Amino acid sequence: MTISPSDDPEYDLAVIGAGAAGLAGAVTAAELGLSVALLDTSSQLGGQFYRHPAPALGATRPEALHHDWSTFTDLRRRLTDSGVTHLAGHHVWTVVRAEPKDLWDVHAVTGADGNGERPARVRARAVLLATGAYERQLPFPGWTLPGVVGAGGAQAMLKSGLVVPGIGVSSVRAQPRAGIGVSSVRAQPRAGIGVSPARAQPRAGGRVVVAGSGPLLLAVAASLVTAGARVPAVVEAAGYLGYARHLRVLAANPHKMAEAAVHGTALLRHGVRLRTRSAVTQVHGADRVEAVTVSRLDRDWRPVRGSGRRIACDALAVGFGLVPQLELATGLGCATRRTRDGSHALDLDAQQQTSVPGIWAAGETGGIGGVQLACVEGELAGLAIAARLGGRPALTESGRARALGRRRDRMRAFASVMAAAHAPGAGWTRWLDDTTDVCRCEEVSAGHIREAVADYGARDARTVKLLTRAGMGWCQGRMCGTAVACLAAEGPGAEPSPSPERRPLAVPVRLEVLGALAEVTASGAGDPEESADPEKGAGR
Amino acid sequence: MARDRSPAELVGAAPDAAFEITFDGRPITALPGQSLAAALWAAGILAWRTTRVGGRPRGAFCGIGHCFDCLATVNGEPNRRACLVPARPGDAVTTQEGHGHDDLAVR
Amino acid sequence: MPTRNSPDLLVIGAGVVGAACAYYAARRGLHVTVLDRGSVAGGTTGAGEGNLLVSDKEPGPELRLALYSTQLWRELAVVLPSRIEYEAKGGLVVASEEKGLSALREFAARQTEAGVTAEVVPGGRLRELEPHLAPGLAGGVHYPQDAQVQPALAAAHLLRAAGDRVSLRLGEEVTAILTGAHGEVRGVRTPSGDLHAPYVVNAAGTWGGELARLAGVQLPVRPRRGFVLVTEPLPRLVRRKVYAADYVADVASDSAALQTSAVVEGTPAGPVLIGASRERVGFDRSLSVEALSRLAGQAVLLFPVLATVRAVRTYAGFRPYLPDHLPAIGPDPRRPGLLHACGHEGAGIGLAPATGRIIAETLTDGELPLDITPFRPDRFGGGEA
Repeated sequence: MTISPSDDPEYDLAVIGAGAAGLAGAVTAAELGLSVALLDTSSQLGGQFYRHPAPALGATRPEALHHDWSTFTDLRRRLTDSGVTHLAGHHVWTVVRAEPKDLWDVHAVTGADGNGERPARVRARAVLLATGAYERQLPFPGWTLPGVVGAGGAQAMLKSGLVVPGIGVSSVRAQPRAGIGVSSVRAQPRAGIGVSPARAQPRAGGRVVVAGSGPLLLAVAASLVTAGARVPAVVEAAGYLGYARHLRVLAANPHKMAEAAVHGTALLRHGVRLRTRSAVTQVHGADRVEAVTVSRLDRDWRPVRGSGRRIACDALAVGFGLVPQLELATGLGCATRRTRDGSHALDLDAQQQTSVPGIWAAGETGGIGGVQLACVEGELAGLAIAARLGGRPALTESGRARALGRRRDRMRAFASVMAAAHAPGAGWTRWLDDTTDVCRCEEVSAGHIREAVADYGARDARTVKLLTRAGMGWCQGRMCGTAVACLAAEGPGAEPSPSPERRPLAVPVRLEVLGALAEVTASGAGDPEESADPEKGAGR
Repeated sequence: MARDRSPAELVGAAPDAAFEITFDGRPITALPGQSLAAALWAAGILAWRTTRVGGRPRGAFCGIGHCFDCLATVNGEPNRRACLVPARPGDAVTTQEGHGHDDLAVR
Repeated sequence: MPTRNSPDLLVIGAGVVGAACAYYAARRGLHVTVLDRGSVAGGTTGAGEGNLLVSDKEPGPELRLALYSTQLWRELAVVLPSRIEYEAKGGLVVASEEKGLSALREFAARQTEAGVTAEVVPGGRLRELEPHLAPGLAGGVHYPQDAQVQPALAAAHLLRAAGDRVSLRLGEEVTAILTGAHGEVRGVRTPSGDLHAPYVVNAAGTWGGELARLAGVQLPVRPRRGFVLVTEPLPRLVRRKVYAADYVADVASDSAALQTSAVVEGTPAGPVLIGASRERVGFDRSLSVEALSRLAGQAVLLFPVLATVRAVRTYAGFRPYLPDHLPAIGPDPRRPGLLHACGHEGAGIGLAPATGRIIAETLTDGELPLDITPFRPDRFGGGEA
């Protein structure tokens, strides 16, 4: 179902993000009698963790690529039963206070990639931000070559598209029921891009090195090998000693150990080697990945000279943990805190409310903690919002709420240990050479950034951006933000940024769509066809 | 080393009828429900864009719509995120050069 | 005589105005220390579009300052590296209807008397200048003196080009102005210690009022918010700075009634910038969907080709303004040794070189390029704070 501004329905609660946290929050609030709209960019529920193939792919065992699948199917069933309005394909670009003041306007663009012509607006008394996270990336020479993909990206493409990077042929064996046979098609990529003509014949069985840092790597590697890829190595920059120092926290979170054991078993069975305290420090290949160099790292993540070893592969799945996605929250002025891995997360009270009354958050936005924590926090937030809006404060004092609170605190403690264990060491910048592009969008090299820091007075990521354009492109610094901040911090007198980068437009918005909103906003409503007309939008 | 099976076998996929899309004019097969990026990967294609400054090849990177590296020209419209846009029968994907808007340039 | 340890001059603020003050003072042989509590270009400079405009200014002291500054920017463009992205691209102000055009023509005629170069362009020829402009506009005025620069890069390169005579102290906030027995300025205090100098220049932009207060004088600088929308990267499709100016007929011949629209312009880096021109626009409210929407809508009206182009970014900046919309430039008679160079509102990038030059000439008893009486810092009265 899609809404246009003219419908302009008003809900008790708008939940942004239909991953574990958002689903749990929406379901809980709706079951307690609130009217709830659940907005998400995807056409499907589940967010990144419960990402799964579209119905047309006919997956009869989607759980094969998942842990805890029944948690998701339960939430999905409860969502339907509780009458939550699911607004798929809604990319929220801002949340602003409405008139009257006790309402919020959630503005979205629509369509698979947000390129639709119709804007949408949802008005609600409360907002739950469950916008999740994106992957933290640290650049290295060759990381822009085709075939280098995010570890989370590889996982996502596998879960939803049933594909693995660097495997040269569609691995779907199921016979198409009609139309063109798979076997009749042979890709012949153009020279100069993609596969070079000499190796145009598709190859089965891609070799994917998995590298970076964080628990996601094991999960990604396990999925890949289970799905038929070969994983020559899993390369983890941290050691695992960081966990061992916190045995009490570990013991209180046995599910995390169980999860790791499942992945570890899969990797063992496939003979996948885990190299800790190591990193991919170079990717080789002319126009796609052919091999990587893996180097050992010292305690601060500085590559150990002479330790590099080359590993042949067809793709590299890389990621250094996750970063909370906070654009909408920072746009609203929600307070943040620095996490132990140097990123920023929302500062939340015991009821999951942000520093802005009426705006709640759950899941990764409050600090990276995983799917179980997201479910718990979503449910807690749902309870708290129902308590507030329904005038039922007892809800937050219930046994259910208290038990959830305890589980949350326990898992948050684990998350904190995890963040510290995988926090990037300052020495990683040593594996950059000056020609390495740090900003993928604007193609800004490490050397250019270092010059801005050393010679032109840039002391923070924002000034580096102003002086070099690093972070000014399409992705708005999501991919290079961590790296730029680290490079800026190497300058004289630099300080870690006290607040996250602000991105007042959380996603790109067509100018005609933006222009059409003045009319909508001014009049409170309007015919959608009319409001899509830019001439009206300019208030002529 | 044990090899299990393909991703599709793993999840017991019985997809609806495959269809054809084109990449720079060549036919490739896509399955319903796949994104354009997934269909391109399945055909062994990892790059479908060249960068604005260096002319370097790029394809899907983050896989979830955040990095914009997978921008493609789809049916003549530039800057579509291939990892988000579902493949539709007959879609023509073309390698996007730079900003993809050369037609708008004034001298 | 100054030693290396004690500069002649402390400039508070490493934005483009502070950078220009340091640059011209250093060229006059002075040793300058520039302090900023943040980074280079961390305030309004970093949020500016880099408009170097004469087209939007009515005849008067600010236009004289702008014309002089325009000339200085042309000289700087030769001296500074091309990376500052200086472009003498010119401005084009268009009117949609005949009535607006005649008002625009009158305005341009008065500007021409004041020394501005302005050429009236009939409607039929507008698209020769800007091929993507909407059809059917009544006409416009072309201002070849309008130019553009990337403001953050300009500030950084001005500071660098000033050479060894300028030293930068970033991340240092001034917490007090030190004064001597007769109330004269002796230096400043920062958390890392005292810095001594006989002169202090207040180039603190939006925070200029607070700095003045530290020095015990009043300067009513207020912040006013403005926005810029930034599109996805594009080829050059807008050549000049283009905006519409239409006459609001029910208001008398007051020039403030010229209602200007969003300024649309391309950049060497690719994105098109859509920003508000100056105070007559009335966009200056807190960040609101409506304000962004109006900018976008007006840009699409001017350039229909932008309809399907996406905005990828927007940023807000605080324009420092004084009640009469003129900057404060020059020595403050209420506090010997204190000079002001702030309150430029939306025109600080454009007016920076002239401001810096005036400060440098003042300090070295040089010849002032123009009458600075209208910019007197004590013109709002109030005496000592």
